[in-house]
Amino acid sequence: MYSFFIRRVLATIPVLGMVAIFVFFMLRMTPGDPAAVLAGDNGTPQQIEEIRESLGLNEPIPIQLGIYLADILRGDLGQSYFFKRDVTELIGLRVEPTLALASTTLILTILVAVPLGVIAAFRRGTWLDRGVMGFSVLGFSIPIFVLGYILMYVFAMELKMFPVQGYKSIFEGFGPFIHRLVLPSIALSVIYIALIARITRASVLEVLGEDYIRTAYAKGLPRRVVLMKHALRNAAIPIVTVIGIGVALLIGGVVVTESVFNIPGLGRLTVDAVLGRDYPTIQALILVFSFTYVFINLMVDLTYTLLDPRIRY
Amino acid sequence: MSAENSEEPVLQVRGLSVELPKGTDRTYAVEEISYEVRPREIVCLVGESGSGKSVSAFSVMGLLPEGQLTAVAGEVLLQGENILEASEERLRALRCTRMSMIFQEPMTALNPVMTCGDQIDEVLDYHTDMGQAERRAKILDIMEQVRLPDPEKMIDAYPHQLSGGQRQRIMIAMALVLDPVLLIADEPTTALDVTTQAQILKLIKELQTDHGTGVLFITHDFGVVAEIADRVAVMQWGRIVEFGTREDVLSRPREAYTQMLISSVPSMTPRKRGGVTDAKPVLRTRDLNMVYGSSGFLRRDRKVHAAKDVSIEVRRGETLGVVGESGSGKSTVARCIARLIDPTSGEIFIDDDDIARLGVGKLRSHRRRTQIIFQDPYRSLNPRRRIGDSIIEGPTNYGTSVAEAFERARELMALVNLDPNSLDRYPHQFSGGQRQRICIARALAMEPELLIADEAVSALDVSVQAQVLELLDDIREKLDLAMLFITHDLRVAAQVCDRLAVMSKGEVVEYGPAGEIFNNPQHEYTRELFAAAPGRDWEFGKFVA
Repeated sequence: MYSFFIRRVLATIPVLGMVAIFVFFMLRMTPGDPAAVLAGDNGTPQQIEEIRESLGLNEPIPIQLGIYLADILRGDLGQSYFFKRDVTELIGLRVEPTLALASTTLILTILVAVPLGVIAAFRRGTWLDRGVMGFSVLGFSIPIFVLGYILMYVFAMELKMFPVQGYKSIFEGFGPFIHRLVLPSIALSVIYIALIARITRASVLEVLGEDYIRTAYAKGLPRRVVLMKHALRNAAIPIVTVIGIGVALLIGGVVVTESVFNIPGLGRLTVDAVLGRDYPTIQALILVFSFTYVFINLMVDLTYTLLDPRIRY
Repeated sequence: MSAENSEEPVLQVRGLSVELPKGTDRTYAVEEISYEVRPREIVCLVGESGSGKSVSAFSVMGLLPEGQLTAVAGEVLLQGENILEASEERLRALRCTRMSMIFQEPMTALNPVMTCGDQIDEVLDYHTDMGQAERRAKILDIMEQVRLPDPEKMIDAYPHQLSGGQRQRIMIAMALVLDPVLLIADEPTTALDVTTQAQILKLIKELQTDHGTGVLFITHDFGVVAEIADRVAVMQWGRIVEFGTREDVLSRPREAYTQMLISSVPSMTPRKRGGVTDAKPVLRTRDLNMVYGSSGFLRRDRKVHAAKDVSIEVRRGETLGVVGESGSGKSTVARCIARLIDPTSGEIFIDDDDIARLGVGKLRSHRRRTQIIFQDPYRSLNPRRRIGDSIIEGPTNYGTSVAEAFERARELMALVNLDPNSLDRYPHQFSGGQRQRICIARALAMEPELLIADEAVSALDVSVQAQVLELLDDIREKLDLAMLFITHDLRVAAQVCDRLAVMSKGEVVEYGPAGEIFNNPQHEYTRELFAAAPGRDWEFGKFVA
């Protein structure tokens, strides 16, 4: 068991390395000379040469790669051209709002989607089932920014139940923190609720047709127990897989949602960095997002083994 | 004997009718059936697929699928209490305490993510007030009774860590832990190997005697009936056509249907055949080996030697039977010979060409010389192609014109006793037996020298099985084909094979003329296999007037 955990964790190291190298070459392949960009429109060839020297861009590519990887290992992601500060520090400042938004969205999604899916499966063919599936289609179809502005208009501007935009750190009190996160979380989670409710329904329906469910009824267990104890855990693997993929996709949604609700997180930072051609920051953000993705996949894989004793890698 | 057993029956089914949903081929799944099970008695409900035997069992447990099947008439009395009128709550309380059920597929009937101990514990936890320690002691005791090795360890094992037989023992333990008066067993040994089947049948019989349980045993296998039944109910088309003691039904059946069914059971005595010929071998394998395995980065090596030094030959006009239990490697050998998989080492001669190592291109011209008929006729025909197109696909691939191939297909349809005008129909318009005939026609269309039948009659009902077996044997004779017949069923092997190869754990342990092996098995394993065959002492079809 433990050896499996260790092997699985070790197996992520080559993946992370490959991601880092890929990001390095991707940026080297983009057109334009970073030194020229830094020097600005009035930079003389001599200035450009000096900048190139200071950034180490005159070194051969393998040496540059070596320096880059060593820097990553030390946690040094370089200097932002645009914000003129350490990228590591920059990301550190912006991580909290994004983490907060992602977590509340995830919790909201699971709390709503899984029960909805289970109920729909159990009451298959009833109005309840059709209602959940109808909502699901709607949830898939509506873009985040449209939903975001609708929520903002109705609940913030008309009903004045929530603030229109902005973010308050959790360290300034839980109340104001959560109050400002309600609308963005709802806007972001609707599509995931739609997706996961559907998958849950399909997965539970499939399991309900299995022989061991019949065995459970033959034991004289009531429906509730059969559903919660026998069906749900067996149905969990596809659900967990989709939740994992959902979290990865969340990164894209975060960028949009943070812009709509003016939340100073990594999503906003990404938009700003791209608009400002801030290569070191873009590079660092890609790395952070990729590492998160690998980490989430690792978590999903480890969860599998907890859910299903048959799975061993 | 229980025939004279006059105690109050534990189960009485009187005039039970269960309605099928509208739009099916008949109105009732079971119609006005009546039977009873007394204490300490095994009643076998026997019939072919679709005869309604499972439905009658599920209606006793109150487990009919809601909204699809409804009991519309009659009563089901469990110790005098009408199950059909019981509330949902009352039914739950009765299940596992007074009536229990075990199922066909022990592989899927247990929840894969719960330990075996927990699954038995659930029964005790839900139906009794026992404390944890008491329950654990009771679980260990019942596991001991069903003869599971090392209960202390098994109690924490997951189903996938157990063999099929052990899983069925867990199911039996679960069913009997609270000492019910009635045990319903729905084909509980059908999915098991013959030696395991023999053990499970013995176990059910012993426990049933010890506990005084009445057993309703559903099966399609007359061997099993002969082995364990006290009384037998024969079902056809939702009706019970005959109900009587084992001796009466098996030796003096009244109904024509029962007589036909019993006469279809292949005999364990090998049929006198033309004898082993000296014709030229069509197929020879020499030291054929197949090793499955995976090894990879950060992974342990897993290797399975599925076929070990297999050397067999099949002559023109002769049938070689390969018999063995699941996992013995018989299908692996067949697949290697057809080159559906690549053998690890060894030689495969078709006539004088070694095809074991041929590459895809060179293999092509040899492909048509070997054809396979698979086990499941429902899944081995493409459901979206007309059967005519399925039959001519092979020959046209090898250059025959469509018109010519169709002409040939019509002849083949006649040869397999199907209407040549039905070539433009789809597979779903045919029954299982008819589909298997189509598969045979499809294989013959390639004009093969070697025909491989991989469990080709195992999925068929016994009456259909007899017809398809006869057809296969006819065709072999008419076309002077070499046939490799893979089966787990010794009765079938006794009827169609000239020679036998008995396989165990990838090896051929005994090889020779079928008559000699059946009459005088040499290898330990062969003897074990024969001894385990249910109803081996019963001569089916010899009726007493």
